[in-house]
Amino acid sequence: MSFSVTEPSVATKWFAGTAVMLYAIITILPLMWIIATGFKSPADSIAYPPKVVFEPTLEGYVNLFTQRTRLNQDDLDALPPPETWYDEMVREQGQVITGRSRYGERFMNSVIIGFGSTFLCMVLGTAAAYAFSRFRVPLKDDLLFFILSTRMMPPIAVAIPIFLMFRQLGLNDTHLGMILLYTAVNLSLSVWLLKGFIDEIPVEYEEAALIDGYTRFQAFYKVVLPQAATGIASTAIFCLIFAWNEYAFAVLLTSGTAQTAPPFIPTIIGVGGKDWPAVAAGATIFLVPVMVFTILLRKHLLRGITFGAVRK
Amino acid sequence: MIHTPMDKIAEATPEPLARKVRGLSDRAIAWIFVAPSIFLLLAVNIFPLIWTIRLSFTNYKVNRPNREIDFVGLRNYERILTDSDTWMTMQATAHFLIWTIVLQVLIGFALAYLLNMKFKGNDMWTTIIVFPMMLSPAVVGNFWTFLYQPQIGLFNYVVTFFTGGDPSSFSMIGDVQLASWAIVIVDTWMWTPFVMLICLAGLRSIPDSIYEAAECDRASKWRQFWTITIPMALPFLMLAVLFRGIENFKMFDLVVQLTGGGPGNTTTLTSIDLKREAFEKWRTGYSSAYAVTLFVTVFGLASIYVKALNKVKER
Repeated sequence: MSFSVTEPSVATKWFAGTAVMLYAIITILPLMWIIATGFKSPADSIAYPPKVVFEPTLEGYVNLFTQRTRLNQDDLDALPPPETWYDEMVREQGQVITGRSRYGERFMNSVIIGFGSTFLCMVLGTAAAYAFSRFRVPLKDDLLFFILSTRMMPPIAVAIPIFLMFRQLGLNDTHLGMILLYTAVNLSLSVWLLKGFIDEIPVEYEEAALIDGYTRFQAFYKVVLPQAATGIASTAIFCLIFAWNEYAFAVLLTSGTAQTAPPFIPTIIGVGGKDWPAVAAGATIFLVPVMVFTILLRKHLLRGITFGAVRK
Repeated sequence: MIHTPMDKIAEATPEPLARKVRGLSDRAIAWIFVAPSIFLLLAVNIFPLIWTIRLSFTNYKVNRPNREIDFVGLRNYERILTDSDTWMTMQATAHFLIWTIVLQVLIGFALAYLLNMKFKGNDMWTTIIVFPMMLSPAVVGNFWTFLYQPQIGLFNYVVTFFTGGDPSSFSMIGDVQLASWAIVIVDTWMWTPFVMLICLAGLRSIPDSIYEAAECDRASKWRQFWTITIPMALPFLMLAVLFRGIENFKMFDLVVQLTGGGPGNTTTLTSIDLKREAFEKWRTGYSSAYAVTLFVTVFGLASIYVKALNKVKER
């Protein structure tokens, strides 16, 4: 090993490692607590002192997906024996299942709106980014800045006229309305990020293709698109995460058919009081996919969160 | 207007064939590629903005669509700027903005500095630290109200475990004094990694050779830190502050779930106040003026800041 004056000593490294590890453990604790609470019984979840060791149960998840009502013991005894394991679990709490909860629907809305807007955003964004990267577009810098500035507006500020406009067009509380809205919100991100990725592909490839008789359009989708695939994929994941997490527009513009999970999860209540294990179960199902994507994205994370302003 | 040989060939060939030879011109493709995006942004962002500006001069109320709309001139703006509640809101927002930025910059930079020492497991810890900022603020914020419960909440338990005292003796989100700190803590927990990542990029961009030269000149580590590390990482740090500043000025989801603006008006940030005016009191004209005021403020402050940032970069 060569000697370097800038390399920190072993002791310093050890200290840095320990400090960072401590911070990481503290920071991950609330998230671990969400996941753990999802597997607790309602009594364990509100125990004092807070329980670290507990008997895991799926009650929270069963409660999340069902609607229940409380019966007294005589009525419960009069019922035919429970048919499934979750029936039995609910009976043990002195309740019966009366139907399915809204969680599945709300989660699917998040999936439909998230993927729909991401797809649209990528189609529009890739085309615009290519044009901004390769052609002399009149007022290019102004247009690019305009696209970025749409991100500075507080969502509530634009929500008033969007609410009026959507009501006029019949788009309030519809999937299509939310997809269009989230596409517009994410477009600034996708154009800026993708322009950066396409800028990095040498122009010579396309020029070679053009000389070989490709049209501009063919050169775009046969040469540039495959080269930009990683960039496009990570941009898509960023758009998906932002649409997935969005709350302000969702809570103001949707209430029924198109409501997504973020405004719904906080409203989950159990029979007689807040059912924290069910809330935690709902949150876990909603948050874990994003954690997985974060691990996949870690190389491009910095670029994504700064709109391509910082590249490593 | 014919200059290139390609165009001459195209001119001489019959129309359908000409299209084949030339394909679409670059200019046409540029327009076809850019136009849909611009159109969508105009429809969903700019048109509503213009509508908001127009509404801001009226006394329109969404819940009374049949009432005649009066143009009231600048009266809405006058009311906003003279209303003492607005200034309360501004104070709460300023408290939130300043403290979140200060804490996030200090902790974020410290973490980045430590991570830059490239110890073992570096990448794994970075990924773990980054998790909170990728998650839905509304869902996570909602769960923090559980962690903040007196008695049963994990936060109170951990704090009193180290400081002694009774975990049910204080309520982070129910107490007038503590609530404004409760939101600062959660926001710092969530967004410190953002500042950390940007600072880390800044620190990694400093070439080793500069430190080696300083080492030859026998500059102390302390001196190196203040004369090399800080100035060279400054543009990155300033960029992080810009992003956090804009985001936290717009802050809505996390705080609305945590405290709902309470207790009293202690954590009513501008976006929460605006939401109440627009969607609970339905004062559309007034809240439009409010929205315009906020937008002008963010845009103005951001432009001034970007100018300063560019000056630092040029140095």
